[in-house]
Order: sequence, then structure tokens, then C-alpha cells
Amino acid sequence: MLTAHWLYGITGCLVVALGLRTALLHALLLHRLIGINVMGAGVFLMLIAVAYRGPGVAPDPVPHALVLTGIVVAVSATALALALARRLTAEQDDE
Amino acid sequence: MIEVMSSLLIVSGLGFYLAGSIGLLRLPDLYSRLHALTKADNLGLGLLTAGLGLYTQDLLIALKLVLIWLAVLAASAASAHLIAQHARRRETQS
Amino acid sequence: MTTSAMLILDILMVLSLLSLAAAALATSDARRSVILFMAFGLVLALAWARLQAPDVALAEAAIGAGLSGALLLAAVGDQPRRALTGDTKPVHHHDHSNLKLMLEWTVTLLCIAVAGALAWALAQAFERAPQATLAQAVSENLATSGVSNPVTAVLLNFRAYDTLLELAVLLTAVLGIFALGPARPGYRTAGPVFGGLVRWLVPVLILAAAYLLWVGAHAPGGAFQAGATLAAAGVVLRLAGQRTVGLPQGPTLHLVIAAGVGTFLLVGLSLLVLGRPFLGYPPAWAGGLILLIETAAMLAIAATLVLAFLGGRPQPPRVNVTGGKPPAALISTLRPRSREGLSGADVPGAESHKHFSEENRQC
Repeated sequence: MLTAHWLYGITGCLVVALGLRTALLHALLLHRLIGINVMGAGVFLMLIAVAYRGPGVAPDPVPHALVLTGIVVAVSATALALALARRLTAEQDDE
Repeated sequence: MIEVMSSLLIVSGLGFYLAGSIGLLRLPDLYSRLHALTKADNLGLGLLTAGLGLYTQDLLIALKLVLIWLAVLAASAASAHLIAQHARRRETQS
Repeated sequence: MTTSAMLILDILMVLSLLSLAAAALATSDARRSVILFMAFGLVLALAWARLQAPDVALAEAAIGAGLSGALLLAAVGDQPRRALTGDTKPVHHHDHSNLKLMLEWTVTLLCIAVAGALAWALAQAFERAPQATLAQAVSENLATSGVSNPVTAVLLNFRAYDTLLELAVLLTAVLGIFALGPARPGYRTAGPVFGGLVRWLVPVLILAAAYLLWVGAHAPGGAFQAGATLAAAGVVLRLAGQRTVGLPQGPTLHLVIAAGVGTFLLVGLSLLVLGRPFLGYPPAWAGGLILLIETAAMLAIAATLVLAFLGGRPQPPRVNVTGGKPPAALISTLRPRSREGLSGADVPGAESHKHFSEENRQC
């Protein structure tokens, strides 16, 4: 196992922990959303670190496809969450 | 020889980036900070792309790098204009 | 590059990733948090490039940093004094009950435990021999897949079902966004500087999207990156004050959005009818079928992401939004809306007009 594996993999674990803490504890919705996105980024870091094979060797394409799918799904979930939040605050304003 | 020249270009580009970052941190006003960011950083990027283009010794790649630099120039000029315009508008409103 | 130089680069990149993530999550100002998140996404794209994942790097720069950031910034700009953005509620209430402090510490310890569990799982993953993974199977079957880029082969041939479901997730998100309300009010028409930039930038982006779509068969690229580039063109048009942002109106829009999943399903079902397994392309036609599916997916992804940036159902340009129910947010973001963008606005259907005024009257 190369140093790059461990460096980026452990970074991914730490980034997941950071994002999870904010997603659970922060009072405001936008920060929680950013926390969830950062968690996703940490998971992607772990996946791509596992897929890396070394400087001259071709990497494993299956985790790359998984991460690509994950990026698109994360942005669509964020978009839906933001639309929900906008409608929620609009409803709260009318009360 | 080519490596020495491209290293010189890249290091001087990095010097301009450093100047831009120091300007971002130390200058007092939004408008002066915009000056530091757009002028110094884009010049640094130009030197960086020149050094990289020289290092690859491939005309096609060097042309692509110059295109990147021109696109960043246009985009940062437009965004600096928009930021300054928005800040000006806010000032005159309040 | 020598290994020690690469190690220095790796350490610098890892440090910037960690500090950008921590800074984005620790600040209480919403706008600063979003901008730091965008910077985090860009450094992450660099990390993907360093780890030899160029397709992922393209997608992360376009979607993860660019479009996510634009969505979040638009949300921050919606309601400048509401609970979504930073009013001065801090995370730590040291003067409040000990219970809250204990809760925070428990959650922090829980997160550290999660990180430890993930690191253990990572160690298990690293111990497996590379031969035991699917990469072997992919490289053996790449010749019959119809493309030569292994990531595109995995996405659109070997694991096409995953991509079909992913496009269905996009469709569900856009249906939800449609159901939740009208789009945000538009922006003022761009001045000469920004308008001039947009005038040449949008054709270049469209060309770049077409190129990325085409080149995805044999080099890093593909439908998702192309769709994100097209969506960036749409977002830039919207910011320049263009109302319709190039999206078709009415039923054509619905067709374009459904086209991603629809084309996939059509291809799969017709292959079933012809006697092959669902989405099992015959090797002679695989390249053409993949390109067909990717084109429809690119248009659907672009339309979905632009609609997500709009924030709701696109409004026909004739209706005056301020006559209806304005949430408090709308008043603060009212800008003079122009009817002419860079190209003419489309004439809305009569039904959508009626539906919208009905909706106005209800509230």
C-alpha cells in the first residue's frame, strides 16, 4: 500500500467525521446541508483512495463510476433540500 | 536549460500569487482587494502557464494553456466588475 | 516527479482539504461557509486529478464545486435575514445547560468513533489483492463494450442499471422542485461587461459540452460532465437576466427532462423484445447505443440542473409575480425584471398562465 492510499483515505475518514458533526449539531439548515455534502466528499475520497493503484498503473474504474454517480445524486438531493427549505420558510412567514 | 527557464517563470508567477494573497489579506478596502486579486493573480497565472507551456515543449498543450489563461482573464475581469458594481450599489443605497 | 516531491504535494493537499472543510463548517456566516465549500470542492477536484481520476475531477469541478456552490449561493441570497442563513445563533452555548454541552461532546465522540470505524474498514479494503477486484473483469471485457474509456464502459454498459436509476433520482428531484413552488424571481439584465462575456461564453460552453460528450468514449469525459457544462451555460444566462435560459416551454420541457430515463428504458426494453437481456447491448451496436443514451442523458441532466438553480417551476414571462403571494423574501430580492434577454422570450401557453393566476388567488 502506498503512502497516497493512507494519506487520502484517512483524510476521507476525518472529513466524514467533520461533516457528520456539523450535520448533527448545527442549528441552521444551510450549514447542515453543507455538512452532508462534506460527508459525501469524504466518502468519495475514501473510494478514490481505494481505487488508486500507483503512479504508472491504471486505476480501478468501478469506484470512479460509483463516485461519479454519487456526485450527481448529491447535487440533486441538495437541490431538492434547498427547494424544500425555501418552501418551508415561505410557509412559516405566512403564519 | 529549458527546465531552468521554466522554473524561473513558474517561481516568478508564484511570487505574483503571493503578492496577490498578501494584498487580499492586508489591503483595507474591497476595491483595492479586487485590484490585488485580479491583476496580481492573473499575471501570476500568465507566468505560470508560460513556464508550463515551455516545460512541455508541445505546441498544442502550450496553446491550450494559453487559452485557459485567456478564459480566466475574461472571467475574473467580469466577476471583479460585478462584485465592485454590487458593492457600489449597496453603498449608494444605504 | 520524484516521490518526495509528490509526498510534499500530497501533504499540502491533504492539509488544505482538512482546513477548508473545517473552516467551511465552523463559520457561522452562511455566505462565507458556501464560498469555503466551493474552494474545498475545487481543491478536491485537484486531488482527484492527482489520484488519476480525471473523469471524476471534471465532474467534481463542474458539479460539485460549481453547480452545488451556485445552488447554495442562490439559497443564501434568497433570504438574507432568515433562519437559513447566519443569524447570530452560535453553535456553542456555554452559558446554557450542561446537558447541551454533554450532548455536543457525545456527538463529537460519536463522530470520532465513526472515523475510527471507517479507517478500520479502509485498512481491510487495502489488504485485498488488486486481482480480487472488479477491475480485472472490466479490463477483460472492455473490447466488447463499445467504448475504450473504462469509466464510461462501467457507467453505461457494465453497470448501466445504476446509471438508469441515477437518472431516475434526478427526475425525482426535478419533480419535487416543480411541486414545491415557482422559480425565484429573475435577475436584472446584464450590463455591457457581463453581457459581453456571456455573449461569447455560452456558445463556447455549448461547444465544450458537445466535445465532452463525444470524447467520453475514448478519453475522460462523458454525459455527466457535458450535462454540467450545458447547465453552467444555462446558469450564466440566467444570471445575465435572460428569463427562459434556453429551456423549452411547456410539454417540450417535460419531454426533455424525461428523455434521460425514457431513452434508457426504451433502449433496454427494445433489447428485451429483440431477445437480449435488459440493457445487454449487442457488441456491434454498443458504441452507437451508448452515444444515443448519453446524448439524451446530457440534455436531461442539463435541464434538471438549470431548473434546480431556478428553484422551482419556470414562470411564463407575462405574469406579474408581485401581484400574488409574496413571501417576505421576495420583497427583499425584487429587481426590475426585463422581458428581453439575449434572445426573445417564448409565448407561454394559456393553461400555464391560468394555473399560475389560480395559484396566486388561493393565497
